[in-house]
Amino acid sequence: MTRENVYKPETATVTDIQLEAGGGRPIRTMTFQVDDPTERKKFLHKPGQFIIISYFGTGESVFAISSLPNEDGIIQVSAMKVGNVTGRLHALAVGDKVGVRGPYGKDFPVDEWKGKNLVFIGAGIGISPVRAVYQYVLTPEQRKNYGDVTLIYGARTPADLAFKDEFKEMDTRDDLNLWLCIDWKFGPKGPIEGNAHTDWPAINMSAPGDTVVPEGINKFTAFVPQLVEVVKPKPENAIVVTCGPPIAIKFITQALAKLGWSPEQVYTTLENRMKCGIGKCGRCNVGDNYVCKDGPVFTQKEISEMFDDQ
Amino acid sequence: MAEMIIKKVRVDGLFEAMKDFEVYGPITKDMITRYQKTTGTPDLVFKSSRKPPKEVFFPQTEKMFDLVKDGTRFVGAKDVPPGDKPILLFGLRPCDGRALNVLDELFNWDYTDPYYVDKRKKSTVIGLACTLPAMPKDNCFCTSMGGSPGSSEGMDMLWVDIGDSYYVESLNDKGNAILELGKGIFEESGDDVRSSAGKAIEDAANAIDRKLDTSGVRDALAKSFDYNYWDEFSKRCMGCGICTFLCPTCHCFDIQDIVKNGEGVRQRSWDSCQFDYYSIHASNHNPRPEKKNRQRNRVYHKFYYSENKLGLVGCVGCGRCINLCPVNIDIIEVIQGAKELSQ
Repeated sequence: MTRENVYKPETATVTDIQLEAGGGRPIRTMTFQVDDPTERKKFLHKPGQFIIISYFGTGESVFAISSLPNEDGIIQVSAMKVGNVTGRLHALAVGDKVGVRGPYGKDFPVDEWKGKNLVFIGAGIGISPVRAVYQYVLTPEQRKNYGDVTLIYGARTPADLAFKDEFKEMDTRDDLNLWLCIDWKFGPKGPIEGNAHTDWPAINMSAPGDTVVPEGINKFTAFVPQLVEVVKPKPENAIVVTCGPPIAIKFITQALAKLGWSPEQVYTTLENRMKCGIGKCGRCNVGDNYVCKDGPVFTQKEISEMFDDQ
Repeated sequence: MAEMIIKKVRVDGLFEAMKDFEVYGPITKDMITRYQKTTGTPDLVFKSSRKPPKEVFFPQTEKMFDLVKDGTRFVGAKDVPPGDKPILLFGLRPCDGRALNVLDELFNWDYTDPYYVDKRKKSTVIGLACTLPAMPKDNCFCTSMGGSPGSSEGMDMLWVDIGDSYYVESLNDKGNAILELGKGIFEESGDDVRSSAGKAIEDAANAIDRKLDTSGVRDALAKSFDYNYWDEFSKRCMGCGICTFLCPTCHCFDIQDIVKNGEGVRQRSWDSCQFDYYSIHASNHNPRPEKKNRQRNRVYHKFYYSENKLGLVGCVGCGRCINLCPVNIDIIEVIQGAKELSQ
């Protein structure tokens, strides 16, 4: 058949698998390389775009690309094991075949942000698409183009905290302000007992902004939105990139508003169930925006103007 | 624009002359009309079809790929060769013709959908104007949606029943090619024929008793998104999805891998925003968790989002969703209600 078929996946081979977080909902980072060398260039993506991966015989799912842009057809995604396709992907071994199509969607306007301070805020598996941007910004070629870089990340339990080795290494960088938290010691009414780690102090949950940060401490027992209030990122000449579960995004946005951030400065990436990825199959719409075509990257201002069911 | 007539007794002869086409036309069986593949002459007298003719270009289930196997595992996807015959869609009603415009926009928008576009490109569409007594039927309201029983949008040729013959209007090269094929079958037309056709269409338009005043609909919807109204009218919705499945402009689909007896295919099937499973995330979060969210999405998609995205309103007034809803949800009443509330 001669017609160009946008739905046709290219085959790719698994080159690496890393277990990022264990527990009941493990996260694995999988690296693939497109098999056909002549097709590899087509997979050059921009930070924030997504890819559709096929486990042939089970189906397709959509993933944020977390690898750096490249022309070698190398695609890395981090996926939590939650459904049919991710269940299959979590059972892959190096050398196994998958299908890939994309990259699709609107990217983060990283070039427009040059000269600005950047604040990255990730909650749970929401760190994955955010990671695509901070990894890009933290490369030696790009780092000099941006001002202060702050990274705030939290997960439910110590086992859910992903990319631990990477964070350990990043913690030693002096050109990055890193803040981490876990929230498992908090019930609905506050701390249950003690701290998650002995050296991860709890914060003042009723007035997080008043928490006194001990010298040299950057890891807390807290929810991400409260940690944002502790860190107090400054809105002047700055951009926030955030992603996480809808409820976390809601409170992160409120925390940022308290600190004087305007919705135009806050970028996030939405995820909705998708099938086609190219604006045909219908299901990912939020109002008249297709997350796959008009997003997934939106500012909070754009989101606040949508007909949003959520 | 060439005008001709064809005598009813000669229609079989024309279909004989068009036998190189894969012909789809209205076939009525057990009182249900559908556009089906046929080797003979399709029905010439019929009410509008239960299933919209979109299924000719966008089948309810369509194989996209054969999955390639290596040992016991599937490792790739192989294209399915498209059919090589040209397609003739006969008997398209004007509302469904206008619906094809919406689908054409959608499937060509930005990325080209090869399955739909391939079939559509090699198709010739002969429309049949709605004339008494077969049409209009209950709940037709095309005239409120910018259409008419004689609209030729989305067609290559339009036929109008004028008694013992059809007035035939060729609208483009594809239509002219049919005139060429039927040389000797089509006959010269005249002014009196054109005016009889006009009269037949006018009579049909006058027989349409359902009306929707669409002025101010967008403003009303912009205001009423958060109203309880959507919850109230959708309480009786059973979520069966028929309003979307049988809508001629609805185009949502699912893509699935199906494995049977060791053979695998990737296929797409019609899907509906009225189903819970349609929008639910892997995390179990559902951005449209309730019937009110899903019914509201349908109404807004038709009367608001579609115009923003494709420049075309997503409703052509065919009346199927009204006729076939098991709990009598009536889109005309729904829109009128929203307008009244938002005033």
